[in-house]
Parts: sequence; C-alpha cells; structure tokens
Amino acid sequence: MPGRIQSIERAVAVLRLLDTADQPLELHEIADTLGLARTTTHGIVSTLRELGLVGQMHDHGPFHGRYEVAEAARLFGRGGPDPHELRSLAMNWADSLAAQTGLAVTLGVPTRADVLVVHHVFRPDGSPQRLAIGQRRPLHASALGKALLAFASGGARRLQGSDLTAYTQRTIRTHQALAEALAIVRQDGLATEDGELEPDRGSIAAPVHGTGGLAVAALAIFGRRDELFDGHGGPDHGLADATKATARALTRQVQTLW
Amino acid sequence: MVAAIDQGTTSTRCLLFNHAGRMIAVSQREHHQHYPRPGWVEHDAAEIWRNVERVVPAALREAGLTPDNLAALGIANQRETTVIWNRHTGKPLARAITWQDTRTEPMIEDLAADGHADLIREVCGMGPTTYFAGPRLRWLLDHVPGAREGAEAGDVLFGTMESWVIWWLTGGPDQGSHVTDVTNASRTMLMDIRDMRWDERLLGLMDIPAAMLPEIRPNATVYGSCRTVVPGVPIGGALGDQHAALFGQTCFSPGEAKCTYGTGAFMLMNTGARLATSPHGLIPTVGYVVGDAPPVYALEGSIAVTGSLVQWFRDSLELIETAPQIETLATSVADNGGCYIVPAFSGLYAPRWHPDARGVVVGLTSYVTKGHLARAVLEATGWQTREVADAMNADAGPGLALTRLKVDGGMTANHLLMQFVADAIDVPVERPFVMEAVSLGAAYAAGLAVGYWADLAVLRSNWHRAALWEPAMDPALRDAEHANWNRAVERTYDWIRPT
Repeated sequence: MPGRIQSIERAVAVLRLLDTADQPLELHEIADTLGLARTTTHGIVSTLRELGLVGQMHDHGPFHGRYEVAEAARLFGRGGPDPHELRSLAMNWADSLAAQTGLAVTLGVPTRADVLVVHHVFRPDGSPQRLAIGQRRPLHASALGKALLAFASGGARRLQGSDLTAYTQRTIRTHQALAEALAIVRQDGLATEDGELEPDRGSIAAPVHGTGGLAVAALAIFGRRDELFDGHGGPDHGLADATKATARALTRQVQTLW
Repeated sequence: MVAAIDQGTTSTRCLLFNHAGRMIAVSQREHHQHYPRPGWVEHDAAEIWRNVERVVPAALREAGLTPDNLAALGIANQRETTVIWNRHTGKPLARAITWQDTRTEPMIEDLAADGHADLIREVCGMGPTTYFAGPRLRWLLDHVPGAREGAEAGDVLFGTMESWVIWWLTGGPDQGSHVTDVTNASRTMLMDIRDMRWDERLLGLMDIPAAMLPEIRPNATVYGSCRTVVPGVPIGGALGDQHAALFGQTCFSPGEAKCTYGTGAFMLMNTGARLATSPHGLIPTVGYVVGDAPPVYALEGSIAVTGSLVQWFRDSLELIETAPQIETLATSVADNGGCYIVPAFSGLYAPRWHPDARGVVVGLTSYVTKGHLARAVLEATGWQTREVADAMNADAGPGLALTRLKVDGGMTANHLLMQFVADAIDVPVERPFVMEAVSLGAAYAAGLAVGYWADLAVLRSNWHRAALWEPAMDPALRDAEHANWNRAVERTYDWIRPT
C-alpha cells in the first residue's frame, strides 16, 4: 500500500472538526486545534469550499466569515470512533500503563457537554476500588476534559456562556484562565488536574489523536496529588512521559482505523 | 525472563514474561486450517513446528534479549489434537486431527453400545466422548498406511501438540524426549486419572501399541533442555491450554475458578485433592501437578457458543461491523425488550445434553429492535455461564462453591457483558492485569520448575485485579429473567428429528 496522502488526511480532519463543532469556526481556531500552520489551513479550507464541502458564513451576523461544514459533506456521515472499539484497542495499553505507573488508568471520550469514561483499570495494589465506566467528568475541571478540550472542536469556546462549576478551591473558574491553561496543554501535549475536581486527588492525561490531529479520546492516570505532582506543582516527569508514550502508542493504533 | 509457547488452534505464539508476571513481548504466526471433508479439521504439524522455530526468536528479538536471558520455557497447547510421526525422520505420517474434528463420533457410539462406557468413566473420570485424543489416534492407526506396523515396531510415535513440540525442541530424531504432561494425557481416554499412568485395559480396548506412547510427566518439572531454537534453555512446564489458564489465574485453592471467554468459553474450578463426579455432565479432569506434589483436580464446564455468537451477529446478520460495536448497540436500549436468543447451533451440551436442539430467537414482537437483539446475544453468554456455575456448585463437592469468578479472554473487554455475567451468577467477577492467562500459566509452571519463582504464594502475589464487577441486579428481576431464559431453552429441544 502506498503511503497515506497527508493533505487528504488533513482535509478530512478539518471536515470532522467543523462537523462536530457546535458553531462555525474561525480559520485560526481550525489551525490551532489541528496544530496546522494558518497558510496550510487556509489552503485546505479554500479548496474544500470550492469543492462545495465547506461553507463560509456571509450573513454579517456574529459568525460572519467563519466556516462550517456544508450539507453535501454531511452525507459522508459523522463517523467518529466507536467508544467500545476504542476500549478494545486500549485494553492492553491501559493495563500496561497501570502496571508501569502503579496507578489507576481511565480512557475518556468527548460528549457535547462533558467527558464519558469508557474504560477504567484499577491501580494494581489490591485496594478496594469501583469501576468508573459510564461516569462523567467535567471538561474544565478534569485532566481528561482539558486534554480533549485542547485538541477538540471549538476548544474552550465549547464552554463559553456556561458557568464553570467550582468543584474545589483549585478549580479553574474563568474562561480566560481556561483558555490559558489549554494553550499550555496544546504546547505540552499533556493535561493535568491538581486537586481541581477532588481536593486531594489529581490526574495526568494525554490526548489520543485520530487521523489529522483531532482528539478522539484521552488517556489518564489518576491518584493522590502527592503521587502525581512534585513539590513545585509540576507533574512527575516519569509519570508524564509514560502517559504520553502510551497515548502515542494508542494513537498510532487508532489512526490505522480512523 | 520466562518464555511461553502457546500452541493454539489458529496460531502459535511466543510470549515473554518477567518476574512480576508482566508480558514483555509477543510474537505470533497463524497456521492453515484444513477441511478435507465436512466435520474434519486438520493441522499440518510440520507447519506448526516451523512456526515455533520462528516465533520464539522473534519474541526475543522484539524484547532485545538472547536465549541466555531465559530462565525457562513453558508450553500451553490446544488440547486433544493428535499427531503421529516417524521417530527417525521426524515426519508426520498424516495431518494432525484437531479437537474440533468429529470423525470419531461413530467409534464413540460403538464404545458406548458395546458396554465400555462404565470402564472408561471409571478410569478417565468421564464416559466416552469425541473430546478425547485416544479415538483420534485409533482412527489414524486404522486409516494411515504403515501407521500400525510402524507403531508396533517402535518407529512411529504418538503425541498431542506439547509432545510434538517438546520432542523437536529436545533434539527430534536425535534423541528427542518423547513426553507428555498429565493434563494433556488426561484428555486421551487412555490414562488412569487417579494414578496418572497409561491404563492397560484401555490400551487393549482401543488397540493402541504402548510403544508409541509418550512418558507422562507432571506439569511443572524439567522435561529436558532445548537443543535447538533456544539451546540450553530448560523446558520446565507443559499444560493443556485451559489448565494453563487455571494456573495462570492462580486458582490454587479448592473452590477457586476461572472462565476464559473466547469463541467458546471454558470454566474450570479447582476441586483440590478430590476428583469430583459430575451427575450434571461436567468433566472431572486433572487441574495440574507441580513436581512430586499430589495432583490437584478440577471440574470443567464448557460453553460451545459465546464469542462466536457475536461473530454470527456481525458476519451473518451484519447488524454490526466490529465485535466491540455490539456493546454500543446493546447500550442503545435499556433491556432485552422481552427477547431471548439461545445459540444451540449444534445442539446443547453440558449440563443439558440435547444434541437434538437448535438455536432459537424467542419473544419477538414489533417492539423488538436490533438493540434488543444485541442485548439478547450478550445475555446468552451470561445465562450459559450461570448454567455451568450452577452445575459446578452442585457437583464440586462439600464445602466448595463459586464465590468469585476470575475471567480472561477477549470478551472481558465488554463491560456490559461482564456486568451481566456478575448479575446472572450473583458472585463478583474479576479480571486480572495479564489477560494472557493461558501463556502466563505455562510460564508460571516452567519458572516454578527451575526456581525462577519460589512457590505458588509468589505467583499468587503477582495476580493483580484490573477490574471488578459486583452483582447489582435486583434478585427478583434475576429470578424472573433466569426463568425466561429457561423457558427459551426449552423451546430449542427436539428440533432435529432422528434420521
């Protein structure tokens, strides 16, 4: 099989991004979310527009100039990964991450309003634990949520207009602070949750990317804050690297399918 | 590091495990399935040996290791698959007859009709069935030119797959060790399940020359050293695959049980020093034997159709594209909508024993959607597990009852299914970190034999729970659903009319 054609992969990612966004997107939002240069993104979007698969808003309303997916492209279907197929692919990776770090592991997928936990591996210490599969995590207050927000459609704007619930003293409460946090997540390829959902607990998450760069899931380890973060509040390097490496390995496998 | 060879039905794999019992590398090669006639399924044993020669070095390469890094090598294998070969050339006289092959059915019927069932049950723990390797061997002796003469002259050897692999690893035609282990030997219908020796009465009855039989050894013991593939590495363990999974799941105490969910499912419960009898049609078998210790027995119950029902739903009904999607479809509805599927595709076996049964979908109304059918597919595995669990509880013996079930195999990725199994059998279901329980069991036996692991307690401490499903179904609902399942099963009976 010849190698994949990168520009087609990117075009599909743009279409998926626009299709899952809850409102039309600006060019820079598309570029930032997919990690593409603006000029590249402009070329892709213009081509798709000329082919009739992407539309640009000309209504002089609040979305003037933004892009949305055209009806013609919707015929291709939504086609995100099935969460249970993702779990099936992730089983061995998640087991091995838990064994390697000694911590519990979860896999989350984005929904419109939050994160759905689709897989959970216990921390391997025999302590009493309950499966969290089927539970929800808030986008702004969990490592899973931030990893997904940073690399998913709409980014922080998905939460604009909604109140950011304060779960603890440390929860991010303003949209400005969230946007700044997500910029760092994009830069590091890693999201953290340091007592922001439960006072003494934390989590480190890395995105799992589909073809073209969109996050289709996030993989997280979680435990006590003192297990995950060093004295300066930064994530433990070994744990962070293990999480990122496992998410990358899972990404490679996911990209053979989506 | 310990290597395990998993010589399975569709492929041969090599897995490497470290001292913590974690999998370090895996390599796999599939072999061909030969279907010369309806009901016949054969493997080319020479192809399987070539695959062993490739997968072991490949796994070492993947891990960046050399044979010097291996403390021992263990083997788990598809059970009851039967091969005969020439001891001077190493050539099989015919393709191996696999465990799925049904050509020995008439022979089994004759044995029962001639009144030998009681003797066989007394010696082997269960009456004559097509499971066993011995009748396959007899078929080969009767039908392959030169087989019987060669066997009587001592030129032709018999083995199940572990015997074949060990013989080659230890030198093959050049003084290879011709051995088997108690679990594989217990599935021949030729071994006395109490004293672990070939039974002369059964050898006479089946007309099998004793000269062609391998020596029976414990599961965890040094069988010899490899002279090829990984020269110098001791072979420390061999077990039939389901016994290996029992060992890998560290079910070392009486009452502990595991269930491996693949295309079919196999539940084994440790019954300790006691060989159970099973009025409910389960199979009393050898669990494992470690070195000179007394044998540990087990009860085995199998379910013919579990994962293969999901495959049928995918490939024949085309309602899903991939197996994991069945969970997505099933969670699109809240319950089974009154629909039940009983997958008696080739009759019902233990504990019901209705070969005349065929599958049914019952309770259809205009309300039922494909989501309800998906639920019914998964629930069928849950209720079949319940039937085997009930039979185990009835037959395992005084004081032994299922209090937890350790699960492994591909279907454990299905959360909805595992929760339903826990709900149906009303005991907690737990999954360990290493899902490769079969290979891990072979590695454990081998490592134990050479002292890489000190004792069973060390192995037990390697077992870590990765997930736990607690029963959560309302007891009244469980009873009502169980009753509905039983009524659905009754509707499968007497479908095939005697010819």
